[in-house]
Amino acid sequence: MTRAFDEMNGGGSGAIRDSYKTLAAWLENAPPDLLQARSRQAELFFRRMGVTFAVYGDEESNERLIPFDVVPRIIGADEWGGLEKGLKQRVTAINAFLKDIYGPQDCIRAGIVPADLILTNPHYRPEMQGRRPPGDVWCHISGVDLVRTGEDGFYVLEDNVRTPSGVSYMLENREMMMRLFPDLFAEHAVRPVEIYTDMLLRSLQASAPSGAGEDPTIVVLTPGPFNSAYYEHSFLADKLGVELVEGGDLFVNDDTVYMRTTEGPKRVDVIYRRIDDDFIDPLTFMPDSAVGAPGLMSAYFAGRVTLANAVGTGVADDKAVYTYMPEIIRFFTGEDAILKNVPTWRCREPEALKEVLEKLPELVVKEVGGSGGYGMLVGPTSTQAEIEAFRAKLIADPDDFIAQPTLSLSTAPTLNGGALSPRHVDLRPFVLSSPAGVRVAPGGLTRVALKEGSLVVNSSQGGGTKDTWVLDV
Amino acid sequence: MRIRIDHSTRYAYARPARFIVQMLRLTPRSCEAQQVREWRIETDVDARLRRSDDAFGNIVHSLYTERPTDALTIRVTGEVSTVDTGGVIRGQNERLQPGVYLRDTRLTQADAALIDFARSVPEGAALERMHRLMGAIHAGVAFEVGATSATHTASEAFAISRGVCQDHAQIFIACARTLGVPARYVSGHLNRSDGRHDQDAAHAWAEAWIEDLGWVGFDAANGICPTENYVRIAVGLDSLGATPIRGTSYGGGVGSLTVALHVRPVQQGRQQHQSRGWS
Repeated sequence: MTRAFDEMNGGGSGAIRDSYKTLAAWLENAPPDLLQARSRQAELFFRRMGVTFAVYGDEESNERLIPFDVVPRIIGADEWGGLEKGLKQRVTAINAFLKDIYGPQDCIRAGIVPADLILTNPHYRPEMQGRRPPGDVWCHISGVDLVRTGEDGFYVLEDNVRTPSGVSYMLENREMMMRLFPDLFAEHAVRPVEIYTDMLLRSLQASAPSGAGEDPTIVVLTPGPFNSAYYEHSFLADKLGVELVEGGDLFVNDDTVYMRTTEGPKRVDVIYRRIDDDFIDPLTFMPDSAVGAPGLMSAYFAGRVTLANAVGTGVADDKAVYTYMPEIIRFFTGEDAILKNVPTWRCREPEALKEVLEKLPELVVKEVGGSGGYGMLVGPTSTQAEIEAFRAKLIADPDDFIAQPTLSLSTAPTLNGGALSPRHVDLRPFVLSSPAGVRVAPGGLTRVALKEGSLVVNSSQGGGTKDTWVLDV
Repeated sequence: MRIRIDHSTRYAYARPARFIVQMLRLTPRSCEAQQVREWRIETDVDARLRRSDDAFGNIVHSLYTERPTDALTIRVTGEVSTVDTGGVIRGQNERLQPGVYLRDTRLTQADAALIDFARSVPEGAALERMHRLMGAIHAGVAFEVGATSATHTASEAFAISRGVCQDHAQIFIACARTLGVPARYVSGHLNRSDGRHDQDAAHAWAEAWIEDLGWVGFDAANGICPTENYVRIAVGLDSLGATPIRGTSYGGGVGSLTVALHVRPVQQGRQQHQSRGWS
């Protein structure tokens, strides 16, 4: 494999890229064991915090002790400018797409996306047909996964527009870095990510239904302490200064949502829900869900509560629909997509399937409905037997799969033992939409594959996180 | 034909329920095959009802009780004039494209046996094939109360070749979708030709989308297309989506449910006698 693009020194020529110049000089002069000492300190801090929520179960403490790398990932102001524009364009198009899918379906009629792909998609919610959430905002919170292959080569790997997680890492990593390296912050003009919670609060307020008044009541709805992202749910509720509730804390009366409080029922206007559509209301969706609020959808349909994100957004981040995103963006914005899609073969198309079967050992093949790395083939790291087994699955159900080239993800300097080594990274920026507009938090979550050569950044596979710095100049 | 319906559902709770929330799909809508002449919903305890339309075209009432109660009866009564349209449904305002009704649901997903069965139905024009499908299910799946429950899937009922109208309808739907024909579930009432006006349960059948014709009803339990004896109440992707009452109680504990249903033709009125006299 050719050498990957490196965030610090580019394509391997050794010249430090502008955004990293100050950091590189600082690293040059830093005492040899300083980074390791700070790294241990960070782990201690996180572990101490970890104890406070380990009571919720082992899964939680494991979850939070995802390795943290103390070397920041730095993005220059110009680079960020391009990304920000691209992200805004993409999320604007996704909102317009959802408004259209659940409305007139012009994009189906125009042949931009095939009807059956939408109408029989498991994430399309027929219950939402003809509905319009307040301000026509569907994806209040989006997390767009980006990878980079070169100086100008940012690609969108996937759009997460259901209940994207990870923003608590973005915020906590920053807090930790400011504690550990105040001197580095003094030398860099790093844009603040702390404003995220304020942006989110304003965004949710602006999305309240009409009639909610000047000061709408907002809650964060969690499935409960056993959910792997519970820490983030409570963290966000705390930062937003709103109640963290479970389904049992809410009830619906007269098509209005209330939360139980010590002072009696209080009307709820906006629900930042971290529960999937299927579980949100047992009287409309899965009848045996114990984590939702019975009747919630009636209040929603009556326009008396805002759900963030809206119900049915999953049809936009489906892996098969993803392949149509460049056309969707052009159709709804009239512009070419600024951020590229990874070239993708749709195995439902016979010619694409033929090509995929020929190149199988070189490709990444993903199940359309799969997530979290399940039902996936990474050709270059698979055995002959695994490839052949997958070939049989592909031939049996081509509709269920898409295929992509194996991308050479960019690397960033990462602490490895006592020294710095290049490790592959991705980036998940967070994009907020409200009737007042689309905004991007200046930063994001950088995930890093700590194993040498590994392209898998998932925390379950030895991935860690880094603080992401967006420079002001 | 004029059909009078009196349908009561009584919930008795183990302990007084502090609060009850229900979604009712109990109210028919008029179309070419049926005109709703009068219809009312009553409860025996104070409750708020809010009416809305769902995306499937059903009239939905959300019900919220006003005070704690240990029992709740929801009674719907009304009268519907019907005509025989050969099972064809027209004059309905459809918000969803027919293609939506090709979706799999947990209850209507066809397993390998059901897929084989569906494909074994002799080919032909869609309408013809759906008639053959209905005939094959009617002949192959015995009507038997108690063999299945409300949570049985189409594949499960097919595996034991027994069931009630809900199972026949869901087996039909699973097969039709397997064959690429959009199909949906209909809950409703049947004025029985044998004169049994008191019934234990409401009826259910299926509708299939036939190009150039529209939605056409198929009652696989009885092996016929709906006639003037049928009253449509609600439609859905499966029985769950068209359930007459979905609800929950707070603090009521385990309860019991009793249904009383009376469906009968309305005695011909004086005016009709008169007009007959004049002809």
